[in-house]
Amino acid sequence: MGQENGAAKKPRTIIEKVWNNHIVAEREGAPTLLYIDLHLVHEVTSPQAFSGLRQRGLKVRRPDLTIGTTDHSIPTHDRSLPIIDKIAENQITQFEKNCREFGIPFYGPHSSKQGIVHVIGPEQGLTQPGMTVVCGDSHTATHGAFGALAFGIGTSQVEHVLASQCLLQSPSKTFEVRVEGALKNGVGAKDIVLNLISRIGIGGGTGCVFEYSSSAIRSLSMEERMTICNMSIEGGARAGLVAPDETTYQYLAGRPAAPKGADWDRALKLWRQLPTDEGAKFDKTIYIDASSLEPMITFGTNPGMGIPITGPVPDPARISDPVERESLGKALRYMDLPAGKPVLGHPVNVVFIGSCTNSRISDLRAAAALLKGRKVNPKVRVMVVPGSQEVKKQAQAEGLDVIFQEAGAEWREAGCSMCIAMNGDQLQPGEYSVSTSNRNFEGRQGKGGRTFLASPLTAAASALTGVVTDVRTLL
Amino acid sequence: MEKFTKFTSRLAPLPIDNIDTDQIIPARFLKTTSKAGLEDNLFCDWRYDAQGNPNPEFILNQPQGRAAQILLAGDNFGCGSSREHAPWALTQFGFQAVISTSFADIFRGNSLKNSLLPIIVPPEVHKELFAALAADPAATVTVDLLERKLILPDGSSVEFPIDEFARHCMLEGVDELGYILQQESAIAAYEAKRPLTVNTLSVA
Repeated sequence: MGQENGAAKKPRTIIEKVWNNHIVAEREGAPTLLYIDLHLVHEVTSPQAFSGLRQRGLKVRRPDLTIGTTDHSIPTHDRSLPIIDKIAENQITQFEKNCREFGIPFYGPHSSKQGIVHVIGPEQGLTQPGMTVVCGDSHTATHGAFGALAFGIGTSQVEHVLASQCLLQSPSKTFEVRVEGALKNGVGAKDIVLNLISRIGIGGGTGCVFEYSSSAIRSLSMEERMTICNMSIEGGARAGLVAPDETTYQYLAGRPAAPKGADWDRALKLWRQLPTDEGAKFDKTIYIDASSLEPMITFGTNPGMGIPITGPVPDPARISDPVERESLGKALRYMDLPAGKPVLGHPVNVVFIGSCTNSRISDLRAAAALLKGRKVNPKVRVMVVPGSQEVKKQAQAEGLDVIFQEAGAEWREAGCSMCIAMNGDQLQPGEYSVSTSNRNFEGRQGKGGRTFLASPLTAAASALTGVVTDVRTLL
Repeated sequence: MEKFTKFTSRLAPLPIDNIDTDQIIPARFLKTTSKAGLEDNLFCDWRYDAQGNPNPEFILNQPQGRAAQILLAGDNFGCGSSREHAPWALTQFGFQAVISTSFADIFRGNSLKNSLLPIIVPPEVHKELFAALAADPAATVTVDLLERKLILPDGSSVEFPIDEFARHCMLEGVDELGYILQQESAIAAYEAKRPLTVNTLSVA
């Protein structure tokens, strides 16, 4: 973190600055060895890494830079009840055992700090500007909202980082995403990122790290920035970040793991050196006019298949490339949607408000504001799943749980839940959901389930009407 | 890891773009704490119908797919989730390489660490391969990692890009962790000058 002095010759992006600050070794013919400041671990992608450590007789090098939580396979029903799925229970028990054995602090199912890995890091003040952050989870870019370089990694790399606190990595290309102008009422951070991905495609950012910048990004809260950075991977990027500013520092100040006193002043000085220098060059740039955006919704089976909510579903017959045409055709057959018509007004069975993309307190406040004093459509199952126990506690202190339950929604325990549908929360075959999560892949929310990705506002609006709804008609 | 050697194989064509890792191995099979048995659920929701019977239309249920050690897939293979269970399932099923025009970054990195070679070919070669298989489903290619070459069914060859370090590790059958741990002194030196950051133990 920021140990270079300010005497750089060539203007640099924040991406290059954070990278350079973490170089441990550079050898001919090998990728850079990069130091990792924070390693987040969860139950699903770590067991085989811990087994690897045991086989080699290695210990965890820096338990003090590592934190564990249970989120993916944990049920979101009453935590005093036993876990019915014995395989999931075993995974969670094994995870706790691994953390204890290797001295890693962790938040088990009954911890008051338990939550989704990408919610708890920022919440505890562990995620800080200029850091390198990794996790065996592709949505690790969430932490980029703080100006951290945050990569999703595989289980082999989880083992590497546990053993050495280092990662072998080749430099990325830099991709500037400039979002200018003021968002219209009913349009938010989720709509910005869904719009970006619909434009560049889900492979558009391959090999790149995004820097989200300009006026529209500056005006967003930390939680909104997290929503955008979270979905960088859905555009194919290795990471995505926002340079820190006063909004970042205000969010961080006073959080449990944030620096205090003189350490805070020293940290702040380093953090202020991080933003991209005037005149720094990016490999690619894209411009988005925030004022022109509508609420977005996906119609297909990847997050790049998104449209403005009033727009029509594209027609495969109008695509010349045969593989591309077949891919779109396959998506529409899976979704059982006609080409050329909007998804607006399409009936939904389930509304899911949650996930590392949209389960923070501001997401819940936005949904609750719309649902307050109203009833959800009785045909729709509405699940509200807070991102962490702390989010849950805060929401309850504000009475949001009462608003949700009086409207007819379920108020559940914290976890990944129906975003990844491995904990029992899932769609039935053929069902449609409007989900605030990040992936609409075939079967992602349950085998045969069909997902429309959207913002918390669009999800809440659709919960009220029972069909895909333009929230602007209810504001 | 075993040493990766030159081999000749038939191909299993899967002409779909953007095949995500949720298709390769659905999340409900990630509750395991080991690597064993993942191959049984490789492409589960495409491979089996709702009753759990093999879908005869799916390539891996056909003799052509069964005989192949190479998967020929559409653009941007392996996107989505970072689950290393995807290359584990593919290699345990018997695949040694995947050919596409492009791969998602995390999947590519995970594959290289598991002796599954991601081979990137230009779009025209990609099209030719599908055409060659349409003409002769038993057509074979040869993968030569030492020479970084793919020898096509017509005998011509195409060079493919591969990270030098990963190539070395695969050819020698060594993994990256050993290399990283050899750099203990550089890691310790970095840590010594590293400024104060977080302490996760303080928020346990």
